[in-house]
Amino acid sequence: MKVRAAQGAGPARAGRTRDRSSVHQRPGVIWALPAFAYFLVFAVVPLILVVGLSFTHWSGLGTPRWAGAANWSRLTEDATLGSSIKLSLILTTVAWLVQTPLSLLLGVWAAAPGRGRAVLSAVFFVPLLMSNAAVALLWQSLLDPNFGLAELIGPLLGASDGNILGDPDRALAAMALVVSWQFIPFHMLLYQAATRQIPQSLYEAAAIDGAGRVRQFFAITLPQLRHTIVSSSVLIVVGSLTYFETILLITEGGPGTATRVLPLHMYITGFQAFEMGYASALAVLLVVAGTALSIGIVRMTGYWRMDSSREGM
Amino acid sequence: MTTRQQIRGTRTGSTGAHARPGAHERPEPDRIVPPSGTSLRRLLRRTNPLAALGALAWLVVVGMPLYYLVTVSLRTRADYLTAGPLAPPTSPTLDNYRMVLTGEFGRYFVNTAIVTVVSIVAVLALALPAAYAIVRGRHPLIRIGFSMMLLGLAIPSQAVIVPIYLLITRMHMYDSLAGIILPTVAFLLPVAVLVLTSTLREIPGELYEALAIDGGGPMEALRTLVLPLSRPGLITVAVYVAVNAWNGFLFPLVLTQSQDQRVLTMGLWSLQGQYTSNVPALMAAMTLSVLPVLLFYAIGRRRLVSGLTAGFGK
Repeated sequence: MKVRAAQGAGPARAGRTRDRSSVHQRPGVIWALPAFAYFLVFAVVPLILVVGLSFTHWSGLGTPRWAGAANWSRLTEDATLGSSIKLSLILTTVAWLVQTPLSLLLGVWAAAPGRGRAVLSAVFFVPLLMSNAAVALLWQSLLDPNFGLAELIGPLLGASDGNILGDPDRALAAMALVVSWQFIPFHMLLYQAATRQIPQSLYEAAAIDGAGRVRQFFAITLPQLRHTIVSSSVLIVVGSLTYFETILLITEGGPGTATRVLPLHMYITGFQAFEMGYASALAVLLVVAGTALSIGIVRMTGYWRMDSSREGM
Repeated sequence: MTTRQQIRGTRTGSTGAHARPGAHERPEPDRIVPPSGTSLRRLLRRTNPLAALGALAWLVVVGMPLYYLVTVSLRTRADYLTAGPLAPPTSPTLDNYRMVLTGEFGRYFVNTAIVTVVSIVAVLALALPAAYAIVRGRHPLIRIGFSMMLLGLAIPSQAVIVPIYLLITRMHMYDSLAGIILPTVAFLLPVAVLVLTSTLREIPGELYEALAIDGGGPMEALRTLVLPLSRPGLITVAVYVAVNAWNGFLFPLVLTQSQDQRVLTMGLWSLQGQYTSNVPALMAAMTLSVLPVLLFYAIGRRRLVSGLTAGFGK
């Protein structure tokens, strides 16, 4: 299966003329095949399977039975679905509104040199190292109305009595904040890295023009970070739309169905009510919504057109 | 990726203090205001009190839960109940840790370590040859496969857990560590391939040619060129896989059941049921579960950070 160099070097590609002079062997497709096949089986095939399974009844045991469009018509009758979509949209919006400005400011702050900054940033990244389970259980304990810090945190969420997780609206707000606490460090890292890539000459020129700190931030830093803002936003939106682990651990969707967001609704339908066929239909809905939203964001912001914003610098 | 980025300091805007890179080393010709003023004025110009205040506020937001986690784990249950959640551990005790470690926790720890180590080895073994073929190979299938992986990056694991459950039960791997490892590896592969591909692109083609002139084939190239020269990328990938596999929750949640096959994240959840009224013991278990990653973080912060944002850090 060895592919000889001569094979690929036929019509000399620009800048690849050296290929022609050499007769060395190139790796064949066999080298990449295990990884491709593996990924195909455990990630791509499931994506196709989930569409197929959405047309079946399956309890998780035995063989899935053909169900036609039953699961899909059930979507329109599912009373919980409407509320879970609404909750997901709220959670995603709040998560974006909280995470984007905070991680941007923190990332820009952390990008500048200085010992104090380095030490503090090191602490700021710690939530990123914790598992979903650890974050969730830690916050569940913190939000406990009897022994935790609920009395301290409660007033921030409008719950002076400390009843946060027992109240529908506050529970959802608390989930958005916990998820933000968990993921802000990641986005902060993205912004930090991107800020360090901004050419220093831009700031020097602005300083000569007499631009102050605030002007520089809005005239240089922010526009230069727009790529990162778009990609971070896509990650936040798709992430909070599909993410349910922390919520499952803290509230299990409660009180009632007050925090039962769409992916959690899917999980509970599939793995607690054992209606895997219907859960698959919900999963397809998730994939479609996530893809549509991320394409929407990219389109809306004209991401591809600004691709070369910094070329030639 | 991140490690490779030049640490080019930037003058940041409203949020950043004005400590410019090398501000103390070279004179500042671009200053509009002549650098004459008092040292206080200088200091005010270089630091941004508002940003510092904001950073301190964030330190409270991040630090308070972590303080709670560690201090409560060092206190007795009675002390926690009477002295309140934020009281300092005046007479610290390791009893909670002792209690957790005498239980099933050790088993969960070992299971998690197995999942993590096998995942690292499997991802590296699959991704490195693939990255080598993507960078040096010319077969049309390679490009198709690479595109598939890049698109696959967007598949949310939550959305495919039902079919993955189907696959794993059909393979008779339900409730086994192998069952956890199989999908875990798959979902870490795209980033691994991406990172290694960009590492390998930096090896000059001349090196391969020189090797080929000496009569070496692809295997030889992989062993003598790719493996040693891609070390930074390999470490980044290993760290990325390690943290993700160690902290993995979704696949163990859906694919395991028995106590024997429980990993730490699932173990914590079951401990929470067990220790409902013993918060200090639960905090001790959580601290123990985070400890390996934290130790690693203390030793190789930069590696870890670049591993965590692998594939996205650009």
